[in-house]
Amino acid sequence: MNDSRFATRSELIGILVLAVFLVVILPLCLDVFRLNLVAKYLTYAFVALGLVICWGYGGILSLGQGVFFGLGGYCMAMFLKLEASSVENTKIQSTPGIPDFMDWNQITALPFFWKPFHSLTFTILAVILVPGIFALIIGAAMFKRRVGGTYFAIITQAVAAILTILIVGQQGYTGGINGMTDLRTLKGWDIRPDHAKVVLYFFEVGLLFACICIAQLVRHSKLGRILVAMRDQEDRVRFSGYSVANFKIFAFCIAAIFAAIGGAMFALNVGFMSPSFVGIVPSIEMVIYTAVGGRLSILGAVYGTLLVNFAKTSLSESFPELWLFGLGGLFIAVVLAFPNGLAGIWGDYVQPRIGKLMGTRKPKAGWTDNSVADGAPAE
Amino acid sequence: MFGDYSIGDLGSIFVMQGFAGLILFSVYVLMALGLAIIFGQMGVINMAHGEFMILGAYVTWMTSNFFQSYLPSLFSGYFFLAMILAFLASGALGMLVEWVLIRHLYKRPLDTLLATWGLSLMLQQAYRSIFGAREVGVELPQWMLGSLHVTDSIEVPINGVFVMGLTVLITIGVAYIMFRSRWGRQVRAVVQNRIMAGAVGINTAKVDRYTFALGCGIAGVAGSAFTMIGSTGPTSGQLYIVDTFLVVVFGGAASLLGTIASAFSISQTQSTLEFFMSGSMAKVLTLLAVVGILMLRPQGLFALKVRK
Amino acid sequence: MLVGHQPKPFLLSVEGLTVSFDGFKAVNDLSFYVEENEIRVIIGPNGAGKTTVLDLICGKTKATSGSIEFRGKDLTKLKENQIVKAGVGRKFQTPSIYDDLTVFENLEISYPRGRTVFGALTFTRDAAVRDRVHEVAEMIFLKDRLNMSAALLSHGQKQWLEIGMLLIQDPDLLMLDEPVAGMSVSERAKTAELLNRIIKDRSVLVIEHDMKFVEDIAHKVTVLHQGQILSEGTMEKVKNDPKVIEVYLGH
Repeated sequence: MNDSRFATRSELIGILVLAVFLVVILPLCLDVFRLNLVAKYLTYAFVALGLVICWGYGGILSLGQGVFFGLGGYCMAMFLKLEASSVENTKIQSTPGIPDFMDWNQITALPFFWKPFHSLTFTILAVILVPGIFALIIGAAMFKRRVGGTYFAIITQAVAAILTILIVGQQGYTGGINGMTDLRTLKGWDIRPDHAKVVLYFFEVGLLFACICIAQLVRHSKLGRILVAMRDQEDRVRFSGYSVANFKIFAFCIAAIFAAIGGAMFALNVGFMSPSFVGIVPSIEMVIYTAVGGRLSILGAVYGTLLVNFAKTSLSESFPELWLFGLGGLFIAVVLAFPNGLAGIWGDYVQPRIGKLMGTRKPKAGWTDNSVADGAPAE
Repeated sequence: MFGDYSIGDLGSIFVMQGFAGLILFSVYVLMALGLAIIFGQMGVINMAHGEFMILGAYVTWMTSNFFQSYLPSLFSGYFFLAMILAFLASGALGMLVEWVLIRHLYKRPLDTLLATWGLSLMLQQAYRSIFGAREVGVELPQWMLGSLHVTDSIEVPINGVFVMGLTVLITIGVAYIMFRSRWGRQVRAVVQNRIMAGAVGINTAKVDRYTFALGCGIAGVAGSAFTMIGSTGPTSGQLYIVDTFLVVVFGGAASLLGTIASAFSISQTQSTLEFFMSGSMAKVLTLLAVVGILMLRPQGLFALKVRK
Repeated sequence: MLVGHQPKPFLLSVEGLTVSFDGFKAVNDLSFYVEENEIRVIIGPNGAGKTTVLDLICGKTKATSGSIEFRGKDLTKLKENQIVKAGVGRKFQTPSIYDDLTVFENLEISYPRGRTVFGALTFTRDAAVRDRVHEVAEMIFLKDRLNMSAALLSHGQKQWLEIGMLLIQDPDLLMLDEPVAGMSVSERAKTAELLNRIIKDRSVLVIEHDMKFVEDIAHKVTVLHQGQILSEGTMEKVKNDPKVIEVYLGH
């Protein structure tokens, strides 16, 4: 056996299965409207993926991932909004050439921090760097002082609350509670028609797999094992010569950047961005996607996100009353009965039976890395 | 900024603003007291704390409706009965929740957080299904309406004074229970050393259950007092949960006095800032200051005994 | 043949070390010196401050005053991971190993390479790492359990694993907190054999209660009592010190 740098054979199979599912099966089975809905769900899968690394492996529960999702989304939305607010599109405004909500709020010139968002290159950098640096600052402040666990969760939650209030309150600069709506083109390419939605879907799936690969690399590197080690025996890691804080900051930053990429894709796919994806409620919902998928399972995060969102859409369409009961119950059930989520159920119940049927010796399906230890063979 | 006001007016404005801050302070203290017991003493993160509060508010609302319809002669005093009922209802629900949910999760604080969040969603939907999505307001008895004229330009609303008085009484009550009664000693013993407390004959499971119930019951009373100054909706509880946690954490989670001091400083900061800027910016700045201070000086303020 | 009695520089010099918790002085104006390749055992009744001394040296607890000099560096000014890099290794009283990882991975994490974030990301399990892990696994009697989850080891095996993790760090000063506590008689004998083998070419600071074990390994013994040194010297000398007999060995 070689020490695999990227994935075990069974994990590779799992990734391939997911790829076939997302790239072939879903586009063939769903109409464009539904496919766009999947694209919207998958933007949350980026967040869930980041949480697997940060929370599942590193044990750092962030209840503020909406902040990073929002920062990424707003950066992208600012670019798109500027492009949609060309002088000729906005000539009926009292100040043409600035976003409509600014005009409504008696702002007469583009604020300085909006100006660089005319450039797509700057925007893409900002999508990564703004949340990344923000996470670095929060992480450094907290982890260097050994603040962790529940305190970290509460403080990240407060940050989510602060950012929401700020966005809603400063509507002249942010579009307020309605957010940035009416996003139209990306470098002149209309993002609204059906064929654009399909292209964006495939682009997003591509990005998602890039992130999955990064997550796999992290998990199979020594860094991934240090994260796991840290979760249980922080002191032992510290006294083996590692700076625990730096590793936590890294995990938190990766999670933040993944979330931001998801947010940027949200603005592109859905065509708007609003504070309702930033605050406490969406942030905790994103945690439950990860929990349902299995907090230790990279691919489980994707399945968990899709499953919860499909359930949400279908339940809240037909039984709006039941949805919150269902979601609440799901939280409790996952925490109490299935701490390893779908991946755990798969690994504990489904897989052994398949193994028996096939008559093989306990094969390992890719997306069920519920037991951390077996993923990386020693030799 | 001050150009339009005379010195006397300014003085009155600051007094009134200070009073508004005191009402906010009372609200924070009431909300935080229950949480300080559950989170500070037990180390349990109860994200459904706001919903326990709202339960108390709805109980008060129902009591007031009942008195209005059947016992109008006693209406002026309904509030005292309502508070007792609110305490019992929230406390009983708390006991049930502890038994069904919390006791399985004492060793997994982060999971408690998620499970109680699920609980809060279910309770919100339950309130919405039972009481409707619209906010409800409680009819105040006559004596609680109007305001006290302190000087010509300064007047304070009676219901605000009432809530403040109530806060003082409840705080004294909680302090007595936790630090003077035999039961409070047992709670503190369990918090400090669970195994030893069990060994000397304290029924730790029972202490846990009643502590949690007490915290929830106090939340219910807080919700009841809350109806005096604001209306109640299914999601009202969620609005306050972050503030409440910050108050408790900022004060040093295990210290009752710390909770009160932090509620005071946060509420006064916020109401003073509100004079200079919009309410939302005042809130943002206040929360930022709290989070900033917590990041810079966790050691002074984080006196939590983590449950092992 | 050359100058015979030139004073050797000490590996570790602890001087005037004091730490107080809320006014209670757990360690009070403590001074002692450890030479290269010396095996020093610290004994003393419960609450004497033995574990606190180790905590102070490895940086887990910050000293109120005093200095800890190791190879010319003042350890009180360094962070935990820098102290490890300087060459100090520490074993905790209860075995602290990574239950969720295999024995191999436990040892690999302690291998002194790739300790920064990006170092860990680009770390490769090459022949040097594998050979060293095997070599150490053989020493700690866990050669055939390398692929086993560490959670499944027995208490004694966990203690050995943690010793192995320290060994792979190759520290100049090895600090062991009750390495044979809770072990069966046969495990104890094996551990003594293990320790006797690994203490070559390095200095060791051991806390231990088992007097027979102490007699076996100690070059010098320091007796702590109420945060201060009660007696110091060879086992023979300490054993006959009336003060020591009174507070510790007597009963």
